Amino acid sequence: MDEIKVVEVTKQYAGHLALNKVSIDVPKGSIFGLLGPNGAGKTSLIRIINRITAPDSGELYFNGHPLSAEDVSQMGYLPEERGLYKKMKVGEQALYLAQLKGLSKAEAMEKLKFWFDKFNLGSWWNKKVEELSKGMQQKVQFIVTVIHEPKLLIFDEPFSGFDPINVNLLKEEILNLRQKGATIIFSTHNMASVEELCDHIALINKAEKILDGKVAAIKDSFKKNIFEIVYRNQNRSIGYNLPESYVLVSEEHHGNMAKAKIKIPSGETPNQLLQLAITDVEVHAFSEIMPTMNDIFISKVNEYENYSRKI
Amino acid sequence: MNKTRIIIQREYLSRVKKKSFLIMTILGPILMASIWVIPLYLANTSNEKKVIQILDETGIFNKKFKSTAELTFVPVSMEIETAKNGLSSSGNYALLFIPKTQLNVPTSAILYSSGQPSIDVKSHIKEVMQREIESLKLETSGVDPEILKSIKTNININTIKIDENGAETKSFTEVSMVVGIFAGILIYMFIFMFGAQVMRGIIEEKTSRIIEVIISSVRPFQLMMGKIVGIALVGLTQFLLWVILTFSIVTVFQLSMAGETKLAKTDQMFSPQGKILNAEKLKEFSEKTTEKDNMEFQIIEAISTINYGVMVGSFIFFFLAGYLLYAALFAAIGSAVDSEADTQQFMLPVTIPLILSIVMAQFVITNPDGPVAFWFSIIPLTSPVIMMVRIPFGVPFWELFLSMSLLVVTFLGATWMAAKIYRTGILMYGKKVNYAELWKWLRYKQ
Repeated sequence: MDEIKVVEVTKQYAGHLALNKVSIDVPKGSIFGLLGPNGAGKTSLIRIINRITAPDSGELYFNGHPLSAEDVSQMGYLPEERGLYKKMKVGEQALYLAQLKGLSKAEAMEKLKFWFDKFNLGSWWNKKVEELSKGMQQKVQFIVTVIHEPKLLIFDEPFSGFDPINVNLLKEEILNLRQKGATIIFSTHNMASVEELCDHIALINKAEKILDGKVAAIKDSFKKNIFEIVYRNQNRSIGYNLPESYVLVSEEHHGNMAKAKIKIPSGETPNQLLQLAITDVEVHAFSEIMPTMNDIFISKVNEYENYSRKI
Repeated sequence: MNKTRIIIQREYLSRVKKKSFLIMTILGPILMASIWVIPLYLANTSNEKKVIQILDETGIFNKKFKSTAELTFVPVSMEIETAKNGLSSSGNYALLFIPKTQLNVPTSAILYSSGQPSIDVKSHIKEVMQREIESLKLETSGVDPEILKSIKTNININTIKIDENGAETKSFTEVSMVVGIFAGILIYMFIFMFGAQVMRGIIEEKTSRIIEVIISSVRPFQLMMGKIVGIALVGLTQFLLWVILTFSIVTVFQLSMAGETKLAKTDQMFSPQGKILNAEKLKEFSEKTTEKDNMEFQIIEAISTINYGVMVGSFIFFFLAGYLLYAALFAAIGSAVDSEADTQQFMLPVTIPLILSIVMAQFVITNPDGPVAFWFSIIPLTSPVIMMVRIPFGVPFWELFLSMSLLVVTFLGATWMAAKIYRTGILMYGKKVNYAELWKWLRYKQ
């Protein structure tokens, strides 16, 4: 079952196509990465999902039924361009934003108290927002995004402005929320966090979706049959004993250990490479080189650019 | 709707709690009350008599200076130097020295005083001397001063309005002018002050980047209307507090003065409520009162002839409707720009009708039923100010109705347009917006 399903959504701004028949399926309980270069149309898509703007054509389904205005109360959105009223007191402001999400004052108070304690913000309740550090403001924003326990959470570049310790805290909370059954859409350029958190992705470039699927499957389809062998350095290259069909991609020597990357020909298995290596050197480690999301992102976007340039 | 209420609440409370609101609320009534209170206060407290010594070398003005309520003239005969030296120790207000001249009649005098003498005193002395010398000259040329006296007449025109039912109301053009222009300026100030607050509030939401956080839970229209209505309530609160405080200050003052002097006297001379007077009573009053008393009494009577119910009622209507119209335009501007510095090019067309109406108000007041007054009080962008200027003079019901309905229709239209610009504008950052761009936003589907 999909939490949200976007079918062939097109959005045109005067003289500029923001989304061109984009379809994505976000499975329930997943962490879905929405990737793409700046200006690709990610924010436009997010704004259509939470009904800030309407699509020119295409359909959206929320939990199986066509997306309606009431569904927005089941969503929590942390925009990339985010801020708070600077002159307003932190607690008052959090209470206000929570009430706008549809919580009653009492409910909001109770939940805010819990979250403020959790993030060590309790003593800041009566301070003005401008007195808070940027990281603390971001925490307050995170709290008001999740306060109404939405089914669908949309984070646009959530980690910008956080120090590493708070990034970890946030990641933990995001995973916690997923554990409790929330679905999370995650829009970012930060590929490391995509790899760490997401299980599905969609890659958007120039208003079009150019790739989507499970992270594991995508990585699988992009791997190049390259394996890394770490072995004891015997002052010679492992390459001498390999058949010609095996390509030595790189080799590094560090003291008495060496590391080599070898591409095996199609049809051969890693076991055959390992057998060849064992007879030659003392093997300490053997692993497959998986493409990083970063590599996939860059190669896919470049490929698309070249392709569209040709037409 | 519930969410709009929460927004209204925040917009209202965050402004009412500000120190600047408190200061304005206290200062406004003090300023307004002082317009009523200070003249009354001065009239009642300047009873302290000023003694002016007269050293008349010519002897012409002997006993011609009659003591008045405020001034006592004391002739002295001594050397001018001695008189001058003795002035400060005598505690007298001033010393008037009329030196002997070569001419038959003196044309100048010197007034010695320890402080700056008031204009009233100076003009009084001048008047007496002028009169005296004029009659002296007339006498020498053979004209009897008695004839001259009988020529001088003081005409006092009392205007009375007769409505369809034949009821007579005394009307006071001058007072209507003052009240009209005052109401017009107040409307202008309120629209500008609170309209600009809407714009500033929206720019603040844009620059602090909270806008997208909020519109992910409420519709942009709710946010815009919440802000406009919230600030309207702030304006109304301010206005009502001003009215209440002004009246309390004036009342407290009047009560504290009532026992003493003229107010009591004039009160007693009022016809019931001071509104409708018949000719006989008027005559009676005119005979009874001295010229000065009559003036004072008329002003007080005039102030009480204005229908405050209608004034306050229409003020609230024209403030609200005018404000809603302009606030919508200001909201559209606020949403289209990134900072207050960028608002200039859009502010101009919005402020021109407002400024024009305050300029036109001066002409309208001299001819409140003329074509200029009529059209400017019907055209929606200028009608709030101009209509308020006209109301104290009395405006036909159908004109008032036409003006009000046009204003309501226009503000609905303006709000609809503003909402379209607003929902696109609030999400635009770092873009130089021009009119062509605004036109495009107007035509966006959503």
